[in-house]
This record gives sequence, C-alpha cells and structure tokens, in this order.
Amino acid sequence: MAEVRLSGVGKYYGKHRVYDNLNLTVQDGECFTLLGPSGCGKTVTVRLIAGFEQPTSGDVFIGKTLVSSAAKRIHLPPESRKTGIVFQDYAVWPHKTAFENVVFPLTIQRIQRNEAAARAERALDQVALKGLGNRLPYQLSGGQQQRVALARALVSRPEIMLLDEPLSNLDANLREEMRFEIKELQKNTGVTVFYVTHDQEIALAISNRVAIMDRDGGVRQVGTPDEIYEKPADAFVFKFMGLSNFIPVELRNDRVYAKGTDIGLEEVLIPEAERKRRDFIVGCRPSDIDLSRNGTGTRGVVKRMIFLGSIIDYRIEMAGREIRVQQDTPGALSQNRVFSEGETCCLKFHDLKWFDPGCIEEAML
Amino acid sequence: MTIDIKKWGVAEIVLVLSILILVVVVAIPVFMIFWNSFVVDGHFNLNDVVKVLGQPDTYEALKNSVIIALGVTFFSTVIGVFFAWLVSRTDLPFKEGMKLLFVVPFMLPSFIGALAWKMLLSPRSGLINKLLMNLLGLEESIFNIYGFWGIIAVETMYLFPFVFIQVSGALERMDPTLEESARISGAGLFTITRKITIPLVMPSILAGALLVALYSLAHFGVPAILGTQVGIYNIPTKIYEKIHQSAGSFMAIRTGTVLASILVVSAGVILYVQNLVLKSGRFQIIAGKSVRPMLLKLRGLRVPLLILSLVYIFVTVILPTGTIFLVGMLKTYGVSITPDHMTLKNFKYILFTWKMTKDAIWNSVYLSLSAAFVTMLAGVMISYVVVKMKVKGKWFLEFLGVLPFSVPGTVIALGVILMWSGKFGVNIYNTAWIIFVAYIARYMAFSLKSNSAALEQVHDSLVEAARACGASHWQAMRSIVLPLIRPGMVAAFFLIFLPALRELTTSVLLYGPTTRTIGVAIYTLNEDGETVYAAALSSIALIIIVIGHLVIRRITRSRLEGAQ
Repeated sequence: MAEVRLSGVGKYYGKHRVYDNLNLTVQDGECFTLLGPSGCGKTVTVRLIAGFEQPTSGDVFIGKTLVSSAAKRIHLPPESRKTGIVFQDYAVWPHKTAFENVVFPLTIQRIQRNEAAARAERALDQVALKGLGNRLPYQLSGGQQQRVALARALVSRPEIMLLDEPLSNLDANLREEMRFEIKELQKNTGVTVFYVTHDQEIALAISNRVAIMDRDGGVRQVGTPDEIYEKPADAFVFKFMGLSNFIPVELRNDRVYAKGTDIGLEEVLIPEAERKRRDFIVGCRPSDIDLSRNGTGTRGVVKRMIFLGSIIDYRIEMAGREIRVQQDTPGALSQNRVFSEGETCCLKFHDLKWFDPGCIEEAML
Repeated sequence: MTIDIKKWGVAEIVLVLSILILVVVVAIPVFMIFWNSFVVDGHFNLNDVVKVLGQPDTYEALKNSVIIALGVTFFSTVIGVFFAWLVSRTDLPFKEGMKLLFVVPFMLPSFIGALAWKMLLSPRSGLINKLLMNLLGLEESIFNIYGFWGIIAVETMYLFPFVFIQVSGALERMDPTLEESARISGAGLFTITRKITIPLVMPSILAGALLVALYSLAHFGVPAILGTQVGIYNIPTKIYEKIHQSAGSFMAIRTGTVLASILVVSAGVILYVQNLVLKSGRFQIIAGKSVRPMLLKLRGLRVPLLILSLVYIFVTVILPTGTIFLVGMLKTYGVSITPDHMTLKNFKYILFTWKMTKDAIWNSVYLSLSAAFVTMLAGVMISYVVVKMKVKGKWFLEFLGVLPFSVPGTVIALGVILMWSGKFGVNIYNTAWIIFVAYIARYMAFSLKSNSAALEQVHDSLVEAARACGASHWQAMRSIVLPLIRPGMVAAFFLIFLPALRELTTSVLLYGPTTRTIGVAIYTLNEDGETVYAAALSSIALIIIVIGHLVIRRITRSRLEGAQ
C-alpha cells in the first residue's frame, strides 16, 4: 500500500487548460474521494495517476516513487505502476470469461498457474461471484460485470485502486449495495482507494476524506465527510453537497434583514466573528428550516407543496425570493403543520452558513 | 525541421510505415496519372488536356459514360427503392427470404452477367431471340442486347442492391413513432409516405444512388462485353482500348491519363457529396432499436407483387446463372440446349488440361489470397493508427486513407503501369507482381473500412484496463485487441479475396502472357469466340464465389451471436 501525491500538477490539452496547479495527497490505506461536477478534470486526475496521461507540469508520486515528472521528463508506463483501475464502463474484456478476466493480471506477472488460479478464485469470492467464473461478460448483469472489474483490479494486490465513477452505470438499488461492498473491500484489504465521482452521496458514504473540485479544476476543500458537510469552506461546496437556499441579507442593529427590506429573519444567531461586516449571503438546507402556523418567524406564502412520502417539499415565497423547505411527514402531520398552496406560514432558520456577498456568482461556477 | 530521435517511439514508426504504404501503393500512382496528364516536358500544360478532350473519340467516351451512369442510376434507384419498400414496409409474404434474394446479384460478377445476357439476347445467336423467332415465325430478332439499353439494363441488375440495402436498412431503423405521430395528427398513409417517410429516407436513397453512379461511371466489364462490339465506349473501355492497341505510345497513355484524371475527380466529388448527404441524414433516422414499423396491407396485390418479385429475381439471377452453367456444358456453341448436346468435358478440359485456363485459375487464387492477406494486415495497422493512436501527424494518414475509396480500378491499373514500369528503378510490368500491388491499392478501402469499424468497437478502456493490469503495449495488443478485432479481420480478408478472385477491370490492363486471371481469361475467351469455354470458366468462378459467400455468412453470423 502506498500514499499518492500530486504536487503542482498542471494539465493542458493543446490550449485547453484542465488545471494549473493541483496539489493532493492521498494517505496510505485511506479511501479518498475526488468529488466534483462533470467536466472538472476528475477523470484526467485518475488517468494521470494511472499513467495514461502525462502531466504538463508538476510531479506525481506513488509511495516514494516519482512516477511522472514534467520537469525531469520521467514517465513510468501504466503497466509498471502497480495500480488497479475500475472504469465507469467496466471495461471487462468481452472475449474472456469472468475467471479469465480476473486471472489475466496474474498471468502477465508470470505467477505460477495454480497459485494464480487460487488467487483469482479468491478474488471472485471476495466480490461475491463464486461459481460464475465460467460466464462470459454478456451472460452477466451490469452489477456482476462491475464486480468482475473490481476483482480484476484487486487480484494483483495493487498499491492503489483507482475507481472512476464505477457505480454510475448501475441502477439505484445496486449502486447502494455496491458502495457498501466497496467500503467493505477497502476495509478488509487495506488498499489505498482513490475514488472519483460527481455523486456527493457516494462520496459521503464511503470516504475517509473528500476533496471538492470546481469546474476550473481548483480544489475548494479537503476534509472528512463531516467537515465537508457541516463546515463547508465556501458557497460552492455548500451548494454542491446538497439542496440549498441562498439568501442575501444585511446586518442592522444586531438583527438580520433580507437585503434591501425590513423583513427580518427571526431568532437567528449571529456568530461573533461575522459581526464586523454588514452584507452577507446566508445558506441553509431545506431541512434546516422549521415551519409553523403562528408564532415567531418570518412570514412566507406557500407557492407549491409536493408530498414525497417521508418528506414534504415546499417552495415558499419569502421576502421576494423562493425558499425550498423540507419537513418530515410524521412530525408535520402530528403537529398539524401541513400547509397547502396559498397558505401563510412562519419560517425559522437553524444552522445558517455565512458567506461573502460575492459568493453566489462563484457558487454557480 | 529537426527530428528529435528520442521522441521516435513505436507510435511514430508505425505511423510513418502506414503513411509509406499508402503513399507507395495509392498516392504515387494517382499522382503519376495527374502528372502525366497535366505536365508536358516539365511544364504545366492545360492546352494539351483540352486538345485530348476535344478529340471525338475521347469526347464520345465521356458522353457515353455519363449517359450510361445516369440511366443505370435512375433505374437502380427506382427498382431499389421499390423493392426495399416492398420488403420492409408491406406484408409481402416470405419477406426475410426475399430480402436475401434481392442482395444475391451483389455477389455475382456483372461481366459474367453480361456474358449470359449476350448468350440470351444477342441478335443472331441469342437463345431467347431464337426461341421467339421460332415460336412467332419471325425473320428478325426482337431483342438486341448490344447498345446503350442493354448495357444500362445489365448494369442495373447488378448495381441496384446498393440502393436496396441502403434504403431497406433506413426504412427498418426508422423510428415508427415519427410516422405514428403523423398519423395521429390526422395524416393518411399517402400523406405520411410523401411528407414523412420519403424525406426521412431521402439521404439513404441519395447515398445509394451516388454509389451506383460511381460504380457505373468507372465500370469496365459490361460495356466491354456489350458495347465495344457496336462501337460504344465508356471511359474505362476507351482507356483499355488506347493502352491495349497503342503498345504504350505516348499519346495513347496521355489520353488514358486524362480520362483517368476525370474519373478520379468525379469519384472524389461523388464521394464527397455522398458524405454530406449521409451526414445530413444521420440525425433524422435515430432509433437504433428495431421497433416494428407500420406495415401496409397489400390485400389483393399481395400475390401479384410476390410473383413480380419472384419473376424479377428469376430473370436477373436464375436465368443468367443457369444459362452460364448450361452453355458451359454444351459440346459446341450454337447447338440447342438438349441433354444429348451436353458434356462435362469442358470443365475437365479447362480445369486439368488447358494450360491457359489452369494458369488463370491458379493466378487468380494465389494473387487474391496473398493480396487479401497483405491488404488485411496493412489495413489493421493503418486503421489502428487512425482509430486508436494519439500521434502527431496523424491527420496526414487520415487524409491518405480517404484516397483508396475514390480511385476506380482502371485508374489504379494505369497508375501502377506508370509507376512500376521502370520509372523508379523497378520494372515489374508483365509480371504477377504488378497485379499484386494493384490489387492491394484497389482493395485497401475495404480493409480500412472493415478494420476500423472493428477497432471502433474496442473501447479504449479495454486496452487501458490491460495496461493497468501490468500488460505492456504489445501484450495488450495480443491478448485484448487482436482477439476482439479478429472477426473484422476475417471479414476484411474475404471482402478482398472474393472480389479479387473475379477481378477484371484492373487485371485486364495489367496482364501479361503468363499472368492472366480468371476474369481476364473469361473476357479473352469471349473475345476470341470461345463462348463455351468462357461459360464453363465462369461457372467455376461462380461456384467458388458462392462457397466463399457462404463461408463469410457463417463467420459474420457467429460474430453476431458472440456480440449479443
């Protein structure tokens, strides 16, 4: 097992810039996720580590080995890097059986036939494909093919596993199951995992640490899933991690008003650190807003109500903007807090995140 | 430009090798043709070109080529579209079988067809003409296959599948909801056909028609057999006549190259237009899923239209093929076809005794086998560079790769004559080698098409997965890429081997005393009046071709099953 380090890596395709200066360290034995919108350069990063692409500038290390260096003109070919890779489209070889797929890396390493067979069988066991070794890929389901790809990547005991959106071609149920299994595999084998996805749920579910990348290839925040979700570094991270409301506000006399109005946000705690400034944008999740019929809170009018089963989803007009609010159904029913369209209600905000006023444009990046 | 030696990896070497093959095999011969037509004594000279074109016989040849091509294209399009619609959009019985039968003319060599029709409809000795004269007590024959109408009719029989295949494919792939939504908005079937269906398949119709035009324009066999006798020459037969009669005189070669240049340019234009048309149609037909299209109920016309189709197939396929076999068994040409005039001795004679035909069969077999093998391998390499490799300078290879598609057989033959008769220090004129290089040039397009299609199916990640597993470039190539494209390679091999086996257009300009091919032998036997032997040799060619097509069908079918 090994750590992976990208140091000052830049990548250009002709004049097209992916990023200029990427610095990331994946620690030995952790599951590290690179999370970002599509087209931000995540896949390029996987390919740089695997050795399918060469950096335009900067260095890539796997363990203590410098595998790519633009300045020193070093480029270790992919086959010498001891990585395992799983692609979005599985890339299971269609002319080989599941077993032949999995045993291939060992054959290439000239591992003795019996031992290779035993290891391949064990790898198939690990991904719950026991007994399906003789099937050709077209006889396997999408999930099973993805497991073959996983077993094939694991069988040669790589120092690092690179997973490039491996679950996005699977249906929702299978995706949930597989992400649990990947986590289990990583725990059991202790392999370093570099996982790339645009799906924040998967990232939160399986990672030890997550890095958030924006469309310009810049890393906005690196941290544990908790930190990323609870203490977003900026509005972009906050927005990317889930449904969000952004409200421009101003501070007057220690009270928070929707910008340019006299409509106040009631019972909002203003953090000490923020009191010096006047203009903010506050962010909050739809589930961090309480609704009530009477009482304290800011008035709003329900524009749309959709019943989604365990939650009720509202769009509420407040201070001239639309606010998304989600309530859990049982609580709302028991306390008679279900609002229909056109009704007036009171909004109370918890857990506001305070951002610079310029952050909205940035968040839309 | 300085070349950094360190930068020269495998990729660059393979690229240069690929470029070299295409340059030597195709680009230089074509260039030589243009050079010969436009450059005199080292100077660009257009006056002479105009003078050549102004000569009555070259002008005549151009005109005839255009007339024939227009006629063939028109009739092929009408017949092709009609039958395509019949088998894909109506409830005609036995549609699947009919669909196969309509494609059969594709695999039959058209010059053998022309030969058969000569036997059936020549004014004096044609079997049908004689039969009708006897039956009706006429003094003069009714039909005369020699001339424009004969040429157009016979070419149409063998070229209409181009349109048929394109259009029936498009009609089947077309999203039926496009028509259904028109129907829901109140349009009748006639309106739907006119306003929705025809505009949607128009690109396919045009693409097929242009292919027919391209083939007809550059076609040698049929006009050579049915036209030259009555003084009708098209471009390829005129080139043949010039080269053949003049024994290499400068003026004759110039006339040839000027005509060949015109062929290359018009082929290029036709292919370019076809490409545009196909591109414009690509987004309209969408739906890759084969959903059941709305079928027109033929009701009372069902049986009559089935009979019409069967009669068409009988007349265009079975009648001429049968005639070839029967005439091939006659003791002498001209006697009536009755059992006591039949013998198998002709076959025995040409297969085992006569050196000329034995040589021809042997020449054709080894030339087409070796050309198919070499062209297939070269095609794999070139397509691999174009489809899979990231290497600087690839655009030049891509540009060269288009060339083989637009160079007709006559042009290739003329080009290799100019290039390989000593001008560059190599003289292989009159040897089998010159036919070999010409075949490679002529069939490179097939190889590139088949192999690049196969390679495009092999997703990059399959190779990258192998690399990440520790496989080197070559190991990944050997254990992943080659097994996956093997069906495409085999298909390419047969796609070259079968047409090369019966090739006439190119070989007829290149053969020497000992290097006749089957096609040339049949053609010269016919010229020499040895009609029976020509028919017998044609029968043998047909048998080999049919067996070959059965093999290719088996291979492509197992490939489909594997890909499910």
